[in-house]
Amino acid sequence: MQSMDIDMTALHSALDQLCDPEIPVVSLREMGILREVKLLSNSVEVVITPTYSGCPAMEQIHDDILLTLKQLGVTGYVSTQLAPAWTTDWMTSSAREKLKAYGIAPPQCQSPDTSQVIHFIRRVPAELIECPRCGSSNTTITSAFGSTACKALCKCLSCQEPFDYFKPY
Amino acid sequence: MRAPQLPLVLHLADNALVLGQRNAEWCGHAPVLEEDIALANHSLDLIGQARLLYQHAAQLMGEGHTEDSLAYFRDAPAFRNFTLLELPHHGPLAARGGSDRDFATTLVRNFLYTAWALGMWTRLSQGKDPQLAAIAAKAIKETRYHWQHAQDWVIRLGDGTSESQRRAQAAVDHLMPYTQEFWAPLAHEEAALLMGVSLQDVQFQNEWNLLINAVLAQASLTRPADGGFISSGNHGIHSEHMTYLLSEMQSLARAHPHAVW
Repeated sequence: MQSMDIDMTALHSALDQLCDPEIPVVSLREMGILREVKLLSNSVEVVITPTYSGCPAMEQIHDDILLTLKQLGVTGYVSTQLAPAWTTDWMTSSAREKLKAYGIAPPQCQSPDTSQVIHFIRRVPAELIECPRCGSSNTTITSAFGSTACKALCKCLSCQEPFDYFKPY
Repeated sequence: MRAPQLPLVLHLADNALVLGQRNAEWCGHAPVLEEDIALANHSLDLIGQARLLYQHAAQLMGEGHTEDSLAYFRDAPAFRNFTLLELPHHGPLAARGGSDRDFATTLVRNFLYTAWALGMWTRLSQGKDPQLAAIAAKAIKETRYHWQHAQDWVIRLGDGTSESQRRAQAAVDHLMPYTQEFWAPLAHEEAALLMGVSLQDVQFQNEWNLLINAVLAQASLTRPADGGFISSGNHGIHSEHMTYLLSEMQSLARAHPHAVW
């Protein structure tokens, strides 16, 4: 049937060009948001996953993918898959490097194990967050909530510059 | 045929939406910029969770229900959130709601509720409804950051100046009785049981007590004795504050019922 008409290689490379609307230096694929492209009988299904539940970029991402499909003349739709939940562990090493070059410190540790019951701890040992500008580890978190849901606000005590930190999720 | 888990899904969605709406009231008013951003982010997470839960509920209900019809076109008695979450940001005897907004009340409420939510999401992430389990697995990651934020502030306020200590203690005294609703017979109990979660689970309550008591002790705050009035928002019987909250939240959607973005 028409499935032969869909050039999956071209589609993949076009989708690989799509960037996170809030961090335009990393692609949806590198972020782990673009999960799968399924070839159906005469259309495609593009599966994405939200980062944070309330991430306002998801609708933009949805529209960007539909526009890409349209430009390639491919019929298809976008579906959202929640499980397994997105985690910063899926971010590729190239994404981490690009974030750093952009001035956002990438997650410095693995996503916390959520199956464990939380117990009260007086002082949680601070994560060692490296300043993306000068590389110093002498930094402090000013606020655990930053410019977007996924980031914290930090300050470097060596170069005195404020910076964003992508929180482990 | 009604889906058996529906009352539980709506209760969780209403909790998230109502607290999300309340905390968003600090947007542009918080004592410092970082806290303005933090509370707005907290609200964004909660409203995101509410959207996922309402979408799930709408799918279970069918008959043309949508996330918007559930959020904007139900009246107070149809909402099943805990009463604690709809209370304004001040003590019981404040004269003027807007000007008497109290940061300690907001943070103590987040602290009490988030500790409950941690236990709830953990249990539901292993529950029998796969979509609800998927939402819970996402929500728990966000809730852990909310917990850290609330816990840090309760300690900072309780262990801070005499004024911050006084206000934090007043907030604990005012809000703690409302947490009895967490463990009283709940309207959605049967729905929860069918999803494999027991709300009368002694371990759930013990975990909550351990967390709350440890932080209160660290914060030099005293936990008031249990007893007295037990609120019943989860049965649809709300405080006088609920309709004011809804009228503000729903007015735009009701003035333009067919508007789309």
